[in-house]
Amino acid sequence: MRKREIVIGIAAALSIALFLSPFASSWPDGLEKVAKDLGFIEKGEGAEVLKAPIPDYKFPGLESEGISTALSGTIGTLAMFGIGFGVARLLRRKGQ
Amino acid sequence: MHIPDGFLSTTTWVSAWTVSAGGLGCCLRTAGRAMQDRMVPLMGVLSAFIFAAQMINFPVMGGTSGHLLGGVLAAVLLGPWAGAVVIACVLIFQCLVFQDGGLTSLGANILNMALVGTVGGYFLYRLVTKLLGGQKGIVTGAVLAAWFSVVAAASLCALELAISGTSPLGLVLPAMVVVHAVIGIGEGMVTGLIVSFILKTRPDLIYRGQGTGVRVQGEEPEYGKAEGGLDEKA
Repeated sequence: MRKREIVIGIAAALSIALFLSPFASSWPDGLEKVAKDLGFIEKGEGAEVLKAPIPDYKFPGLESEGISTALSGTIGTLAMFGIGFGVARLLRRKGQ
Repeated sequence: MHIPDGFLSTTTWVSAWTVSAGGLGCCLRTAGRAMQDRMVPLMGVLSAFIFAAQMINFPVMGGTSGHLLGGVLAAVLLGPWAGAVVIACVLIFQCLVFQDGGLTSLGANILNMALVGTVGGYFLYRLVTKLLGGQKGIVTGAVLAAWFSVVAAASLCALELAISGTSPLGLVLPAMVVVHAVIGIGEGMVTGLIVSFILKTRPDLIYRGQGTGVRVQGEEPEYGKAEGGLDEKA
């Protein structure tokens, strides 16, 4: 990939995270819906083993849900680029 | 279909952790051998893109939503092993930072989506590309495999819920398969669109078997040019 293509790729991912994520459907996903319909959704309530820093993509202390989601998306997208790139480089080095 | 904590029995999630740790270890080893320099930035961009796309839930029938899984997309571009590593990284990150999917159920989520969905989906993709050949084969294979990856992961998820005693298999399996058969159509469409776009603009970015970018026997000669021009572009 050329530098320009890498920048375009990251920009595309960032725009999705920043501009589209606040408009994502808030309906339950497939598994949640099935869990509700079949009556086992409450099994997951309060069962969290770990307290994540940004639970459900909502920044603690941020009022607006849209801004919160967009911010989570932006940070997550940039971090995932770093993680993916870093893991790939490690794999490349080990594989040689 | 990120399973949260509490849905799986201890035996089930411990077993799933064991199987997926072993499977992911195999993927990392094989991916290391198949990794080429040109794939390094692509893996970064794809990880970022799949994470962002997984945030976009689109509405499907009956008050349900779904989002892209991205496993087959990753595998078509990076191969099945690195593709599975990308999905596993996304799942681990979502679990630890955003509490999207439980920590106990992380093993099951990796098993369903990164291993069975992505690697399994890739082999269906290869089968279709071999049967049909050409660009049409690549796009058709990607679309079918993307749909299959979502349904396969959902079926396995239902099986794990049933083994855990959370819900009887006769109820949870058809319910999960029906919903995800619809969500899978979205997966197939998005994957197909992106793969056709890449085929038109940078066909050399499509993964073609292990090794050093040497064309696998039986591949279409029309890509010869793109493959040859790879080093100058990289």
